[in-house]
Amino acid sequence: MTIIQFLLVGAALFSFGLYGVITRRNAVLVLASVELMLAAVNINLVTFDVVLQDALHAGQMFSLFIIALAAAEVGIGIAIVLMIFRNRQSADVDELDLMKG
Amino acid sequence: MTVSIGDFFRESANWAFLVIAIPTLVAGWRTVTSNHIVRAVLYLVVSLGGSAALFFMLGAGFVGWTVVLVYIGAVIILFLIGIMITRAPLGEKEELSHGTNVKAPAALLSVVMFGVIAWAAIDAYTNEMIAPFESTSTQELSLLMFDRFVLPFEVVSFVLLAALIGGIALARQDEEASS
Repeated sequence: MTIIQFLLVGAALFSFGLYGVITRRNAVLVLASVELMLAAVNINLVTFDVVLQDALHAGQMFSLFIIALAAAEVGIGIAIVLMIFRNRQSADVDELDLMKG
Repeated sequence: MTVSIGDFFRESANWAFLVIAIPTLVAGWRTVTSNHIVRAVLYLVVSLGGSAALFFMLGAGFVGWTVVLVYIGAVIILFLIGIMITRAPLGEKEELSHGTNVKAPAALLSVVMFGVIAWAAIDAYTNEMIAPFESTSTQELSLLMFDRFVLPFEVVSFVLLAALIGGIALARQDEEASS
């Protein structure tokens, strides 16, 4: 196996996530797209860890930390979406234009 | 010298790679394009499961199982609860995504992003080979985690605690405000 094929899968997943973050209107699906981007980053980190034969395994360590942070991010994100839904009766990110001048 | 297509298909591990990578990418694409909100989240399960399988191929078994437990076990449940609480339309709905006026520039931006990352990767690592299924032991990882990486580990623990408290504080019904 070459390293390129793993890096390309990571790059493609990251681009898909980027596309989803921009085009999705439902706040929950925007969060799901962010998860896709984080998964792509994890693939890259683990690939580089294996390629570089790092004695500290920093790539795998950082991917574990990213997984923990992603879980925290989704928890807070869903709580915020829930708050917004309670106040506005909608989870559509386009309607959140309170800060527009 | 680059690795030719014939060489790629002569190695059996690459077939396993394709069997994992193609569903991962298709599911990832459907996650961001599906007009059905529950299906989009379930496609995310397939995509994350595929990434876990890639971790197993790379020999990172512990990270793979962590993805299975944390993402597929917990995060997806959070997403489904979020969908149910926000009473999202469950059927086929166009309004989950923007129209073409946003989709076209977004597609262009992602293609450019993919091109830049892919070009940088191919430019830097044309021929680096990796041995498949050469695993890192969990013991090795845990010794590092509680030796060299103990400070980040503690910081992440505090972040999780803060997220827990913050999540409860945000989602909890404020009794004075609601009455």
